[in-house]
Amino acid sequence: MRLLTHNMLASNVRGATTGYPLKLEAAKWVTKEVELNADFIRGLLPKIDWRALVAATRALGLPELLPEEQPAEEEIFAEGAAEVEGSAIRRIHHALLEIHVQEGSLVCPDTSRCFPIDKGIPNMMLHEDEV
Amino acid sequence: MKLKQLEGLLGGLTQFPAPKVELEQYPTGPHIASRMLYTVSAATCVPPPIPMPFPALLREGRMLSFSSRDGFGMRSVQGFVCDASGIMELGAAATNCSFVVADFGCGCGTLAVASALLDAEHVIGIDVDPQALELAQENAADLEMDVDLIWSDIKNLNLKGILVDTVVMNPPFGTRKKGADMEFLSMGLKHIKKAALRDCNAISAEVLCELRYDLPQTYKFHKKKEVDIAVDLWRFVPNARRSS
Repeated sequence: MRLLTHNMLASNVRGATTGYPLKLEAAKWVTKEVELNADFIRGLLPKIDWRALVAATRALGLPELLPEEQPAEEEIFAEGAAEVEGSAIRRIHHALLEIHVQEGSLVCPDTSRCFPIDKGIPNMMLHEDEV
Repeated sequence: MKLKQLEGLLGGLTQFPAPKVELEQYPTGPHIASRMLYTVSAATCVPPPIPMPFPALLREGRMLSFSSRDGFGMRSVQGFVCDASGIMELGAAATNCSFVVADFGCGCGTLAVASALLDAEHVIGIDVDPQALELAQENAADLEMDVDLIWSDIKNLNLKGILVDTVVMNPPFGTRKKGADMEFLSMGLKHIKKAALRDCNAISAEVLCELRYDLPQTYKFHKKKEVDIAVDLWRFVPNARRSS
């Protein structure tokens, strides 16, 4: 499960107000390099929940990866930003697409219901009494 | 990637060894899967006649679907929902079109894997059957594609925000569980924030082309070895004035 997927997932348990963002508890994760598509990342930025993304990276033990505040547009859209090692756009790309959580869980912020992640697949199935 | 090549790769995927009739598990064959996604990419983006009251970064949604009109007499709608302005340009040298694609009811992952093969940047497959998900994972790995999978019932799925550009699906017909097809379609549409079904006030509907769905003998009650179902590929344009 990539953090881009985590960024969209919410709990639908009965009693949850928003069920978002799900708190990530990752027991095992790996990184897999994938080519940067700068335009794609730029297009995503206004749509992702920055706080949820940063919280997820912190939960993985990567406090240095992303800043607390979303980088300014100029930094992301700057000419040649994508080529610079360690640039904001590269870090965001790494966070969203190159990290794969394999084992762990996602916890609903409202109900504390825990959704396990097994072999990279989060189990979001609800029990009858939770619907 | 050429159509034939895509079709060939999809033909090599493992399908349900023991399909579950109550879930209406049918393989989406390589012929229709490859053509479906190629047609998505080739469909031209016609702007709607009414201005869309959305910020510039949001893109208009279109619903493309196909319906079966064979001798069963059922009028079930299968479909996929597509964000028109972000269509994948196949074979084009330069493309600004990148996608987050969700395959609702992905089964063994045929449409999800096809999307990844056609360079969707991020693909998610959702299904209620864990065995199907396992197969989908194997199929993606066999072709070295990254597909995120989610184990969830479609009605309880809660995807926040507007991150999903495109929803593709070959949903149940609704023969086993009445309304199953509509459940899928309404979830698909919800997730691109539009309601464009004919019953929900689409402003236009047109048939893009006819496809043939080659359904092999899957369940015991199927009499024929194979049935060719003529399906129409429809394009619905949602009424922007109604919110979803």
